[in-house]
Amino acid sequence: MDLVYFFDNLDEILALSLEHLRISLTALMIALPVALVVSVIGVWFRPARQPLLWTVGALYTIPSLAMLAFLIPSQGLGLRPTLILLVMYAQIFLVRNIVTGLTGVDPAVLEAARGVGMTPFQVLGRVWLPIALPVILAGVRIALVTIIGLAILGGWVTAGGLGELLFSGINTNHPAKVLAGLIAIVSLALLTDLTIRLIESLTSVARARRAGNRR
Amino acid sequence: MATNQRSGTSGSSISIHALTKRYPGSSAAAVNAVNLDIAPGELIVLLGPSGCGKTTLLKMINRIYEPTSGSIVIDGVEVQSLKASELRRHIGYVIQQTGLFPHMRVAENVAVVPKLLKWDRDRTRERVSQLLEVTGLPPEIYANRYPSQLSGGEQQRVGLARALAAEPPTMLMDEPFGALDAITRTRLQDELKRIHKQFSQTILFVTHDIEEAVRLADRIVVMREGRIVQVGSPLEIVRGPADQFVSDLVGSQDVLRRLSLMPARTAMEPLHGTPPDLAQSISGEVFLREALSMLMESGDPFIAVTGSDGTAIGTLSMTSIQRAAAPPDTPDR
Ligand SMILES: Nc1ncnc2c1ncn2[C@@H]1O[C@H](COP(=O)(O)OP(=O)(O)OP(=O)(O)O)[C@@H](O)[C@H]1O
Ligand SMILES: [Mg+2]
Repeated sequence: MDLVYFFDNLDEILALSLEHLRISLTALMIALPVALVVSVIGVWFRPARQPLLWTVGALYTIPSLAMLAFLIPSQGLGLRPTLILLVMYAQIFLVRNIVTGLTGVDPAVLEAARGVGMTPFQVLGRVWLPIALPVILAGVRIALVTIIGLAILGGWVTAGGLGELLFSGINTNHPAKVLAGLIAIVSLALLTDLTIRLIESLTSVARARRAGNRR
Repeated sequence: MATNQRSGTSGSSISIHALTKRYPGSSAAAVNAVNLDIAPGELIVLLGPSGCGKTTLLKMINRIYEPTSGSIVIDGVEVQSLKASELRRHIGYVIQQTGLFPHMRVAENVAVVPKLLKWDRDRTRERVSQLLEVTGLPPEIYANRYPSQLSGGEQQRVGLARALAAEPPTMLMDEPFGALDAITRTRLQDELKRIHKQFSQTILFVTHDIEEAVRLADRIVVMREGRIVQVGSPLEIVRGPADQFVSDLVGSQDVLRRLSLMPARTAMEPLHGTPPDLAQSISGEVFLREALSMLMESGDPFIAVTGSDGTAIGTLSMTSIQRAAAPPDTPDR
């Protein structure tokens, strides 16, 4: 195994990495509003909470390759089945953390928010979500890193991304190509993780917490 | 009512009629057919043992809870006819657990209601600094702190400032000083009294601390098991408790408590002729408890009582204090 392939094909690998990131972010952008609606329903209507958490948990236990194979007959090849798969598997991390974050906010703070005259949506947007944000962002981080890993399967159904590199390396018995793909995917995941951690540290709650620790 | 903007605060009138709240699944009503008329600018203290329905009554006024039946009218407007969020923007609300917004700085916490009311930036900023001054939190020190950087007492002050921000004509305060040490509590009570004197909001203040009730109230409303059992000034309640329950609750049998409620002028021997030359004097507005200490410390048989202009208007002796402190009649005994 050597890194010659990696450095000789840097341009192509970079292009595939960007495509991989684009697919992953697209999946996240679809997954996030879905998870937010599911979570808010789970938080506002108490009886729905456990069933919803159970459902997104159950979805995650289905083997991903089997799920993708199951999607192909109805969705065909390409981006569509891949995005559906990614959105489904991201739900557990997103919903779990959004629900945990929202239910973890001090009820007295929420009562105060209502008491000063915020409408239910103002309570959600100005107090509830901002306070829960660090926990939610942690969920987004884990979800996105998971999505980036799972999106490799896209290479199997011609959706593009770094999966193409890996699968063609395996099919053509070309270990250097597989290694190059591996390096790229790990770098992408690590970079994403770091970036979101940085965003987490910039939230108002994180700022307040740092200020509190300084006192 | 409150929905038009006011310049300078003045209190609302509040009229509560046949108000009942029954929580789902409980047989007894938490608030049971309560009637109460509150005059503009009154400071009403709701007093009663734990679970008697004080919080429930308070929270129906700003519609955190909805009544089972009955009505609440503020300045002639039925609260049920208003949008809850609109109503609440004109009612200051201080809760026991403070409920400060942990992700907002002190200044942002205080500016929440002005922002909801869409005040312009300058007016809001000015009002916030003014309020931080009023509540004893110099803005240059506190404005940019987070709630986690404040002591319990400071947090309560911010909670008070936040509730006062939009000059609400009505304030609801649910055991706001409950979790504080005695010294801080007394200081905040004094500040509240000063603010009330300055702006004369109508205030409903919940406590189960009789000392606090006595110190603050224009009128005390004594509650028991969801009902009002007595309404009156602190002195009226302590001197003439309606029944054994009230007597025990407010400690009517406690001589010192009664003395701490009666101004010196109510017990003095009025002066006839030239004022005697007495070493010690005390204002007629000072309570007898303090007069008693002075009398005992001085060792003199008499001290002078002075009027508002500082001239002597009467004298006070051990005998006159004893007479004034005679135990009240309790109907049940
Ligand atoms: N959300 C609720 N659901 C059901 N019952 C409630 C609820 N809130 C209060 N109660 C009941 O209603 C009664 C009155 O409660 P409330 O909180 O008004 O009392 P309180 O006078 O404020 O007491 P404390 O001094 O302990 O705060 C109590 O018996 C209480 O158990
Ligand atoms: Mg209470």
